[in-house]
Amino acid sequence: MPDFILDVQGLETTFKTPEGVVHAVNGVSFGLAEGETLGVVGESGCGKSVTMLSVLGLIQSPPGKVTAGKAIFSGQDLIKMSREEIRHVRGAQISMIFQDPMTSLNPVLTIGRQLEEPLLLHIGMTKKQARERAAELLSMVGIPNAKDRLNDYPHQYSGGMRQRVMIAMALSCSPQILIADEPTTALDVTIQAQIMDLVKRLRDELGMAIIWITHDLGVVAGLAQRVLVMYGGLIIEEAPVRELYANPEHPYTIGLLGSLPRVDEKERTKLYSIEGQPPILYQKPNACPFAPRCKWVMEHCWNENPPLMDVGPDHRAACWADTKTGRHR
Amino acid sequence: MSAMNANNKEALLRVDDLVMHFPIYRGVIQRQVGAVRAVDGVTFDVKRGETLGLVGESGCGKSTTGRTILQLYRPTSGSVHFEDVDLVHLKGEDLRKMRRKMQMIFQDPYASLNPRMTVADIVGEPLMVHSVATGKEIQDRVQHLLEVVNLNPSFASRYPHEFSGGQRQRIGVARALALQPSFIVCDEPISALDVSIQAQVVNLLEELQQQFNLTYLFIAHDLSMAKHISVRFAVMYLGVLVELTTRNELYSKPLHPYTQALLSAVPIPDPVADAKRQRTILKGDVPSPANPPSGCRFRTRCPIAAEVCSQSRPEFREIKPGHFVACFFAEKFL
Repeated sequence: MPDFILDVQGLETTFKTPEGVVHAVNGVSFGLAEGETLGVVGESGCGKSVTMLSVLGLIQSPPGKVTAGKAIFSGQDLIKMSREEIRHVRGAQISMIFQDPMTSLNPVLTIGRQLEEPLLLHIGMTKKQARERAAELLSMVGIPNAKDRLNDYPHQYSGGMRQRVMIAMALSCSPQILIADEPTTALDVTIQAQIMDLVKRLRDELGMAIIWITHDLGVVAGLAQRVLVMYGGLIIEEAPVRELYANPEHPYTIGLLGSLPRVDEKERTKLYSIEGQPPILYQKPNACPFAPRCKWVMEHCWNENPPLMDVGPDHRAACWADTKTGRHR
Repeated sequence: MSAMNANNKEALLRVDDLVMHFPIYRGVIQRQVGAVRAVDGVTFDVKRGETLGLVGESGCGKSTTGRTILQLYRPTSGSVHFEDVDLVHLKGEDLRKMRRKMQMIFQDPYASLNPRMTVADIVGEPLMVHSVATGKEIQDRVQHLLEVVNLNPSFASRYPHEFSGGQRQRIGVARALALQPSFIVCDEPISALDVSIQAQVVNLLEELQQQFNLTYLFIAHDLSMAKHISVRFAVMYLGVLVELTTRNELYSKPLHPYTQALLSAVPIPDPVADAKRQRTILKGDVPSPANPPSGCRFRTRCPIAAEVCSQSRPEFREIKPGHFVACFFAEKFL
């Protein structure tokens, strides 16, 4: 087993709602190696964002609560840290960028002011140093006339540029881990391509590890080295990127890949569709959460939730059925 | 340009030089100071029974084009012929009659259904408004329509909030089908849905097309999904069409630099294929449609822009049969 810089074990998070307690994350364990890019794929409500927010102590409590698990980073458990302690990690050693660049910037502060903030807080730079560094960061993410544009307000930037600012801000303290939560979903495809290109370049230059959360299997294919697929608050498959796309093992992953049309498809074929819809879990699943939608479902699936099992080299899937033969594993 | 349409008898819909400008008013006396040129001279036709994909990025005017065709906006100039009837000059009862034949499916299934109406009311409303059915007949038709879109007919008395996104979009589809239209504008019908649900809705749309001989204008920013469902493709940029051709031709030989960049920007869910392909990454952002660049609209981001591109607007010309492109240098890529 490689050395992980972030090691998450048995994470569970719940939310209190008027309808009952929703179990958003139900025992998630994964590791992140140094310099690795890990893709986390799943549909809305599968727990992918909540997992990462839990790790960073960003779950609002109440209604949310991390009820179990640990997240070891540099020998310390992030889950057990006080708010004050984790503030020194967040933004400095682990930073995060969010989906919507329109709402994650403060509209009444200049871009420069917002870029300087983490530098003043975490690194203790002087105002002048921070200003210079902010200009450097802005030109690093490809914004022309960086020095002048520091005085602009967020509304003067386009969506793509705002996402660049978010990236600059996240990288300002040279973090070891960058967590990106659907950072390109709100952007147009040509702008998405620009941002992905930028992230790849910065990753190679700075060598940080990346956790890239997305619902888009296409985005992950071109970026990640390893992929986790989530469903019903659980990791249901985990594999190196090429292995996952070549030999998906879990019925959900197979369905997801089959339901995607490809821009390079030659013949028009009927799309594979997964019937039904993702569950909302009002209790911790004691059966496989995918069973109601699964083609390979068998008796065992209703009685016991399958754990992640080895199905190939570095490849694990949580399914009782062997999808190749249709028989029980 | 009308030559293109004249020799095309089986066209169900003909759009000729369609222009839709939204005025910008400023100041105390609300003087018009400019216009957002959302659609600025668009010409194409849609043949009976086909699906034409209209693709482009946000703000390119694709949704406005769809709405202007249905006369939800009255165009600034240009013409829209549906079954050889000019819609632009139709008014009142005549237009209402035509509207039965043309329907729309909206992007957001959460915003396009009235939360205070039951499914039966929503799907039955068009029947009532156009007085094609009454009382019990409406109920029967609604039941049947729900079955057609694979929803349980017993859900008719429920409210929209009781349904998931995919189910709501099915309700929207049932409503669009209520008047047995021949033409449906699908305005990004799947982009608000989860991936596994998208395929369900697209498969449904394809089945319905076969069953009822429907013609679709499929508006999308997701190129791979639009490519999957469309027979022909129109690519739009900043209010104008830049390329129009069949799906296979567009993919194998895109002639406009924007189409090329757009196609290469679409992620492919296959790491091996993705690593192999050539990428064109465009610089900069889309300019504002209130103040578009002179000449070719795309020149500010175009990798092959030359002097001539800023001086005059490239004609949308038929470079080979059925393949239209608006670029001075399209021959380069032939």
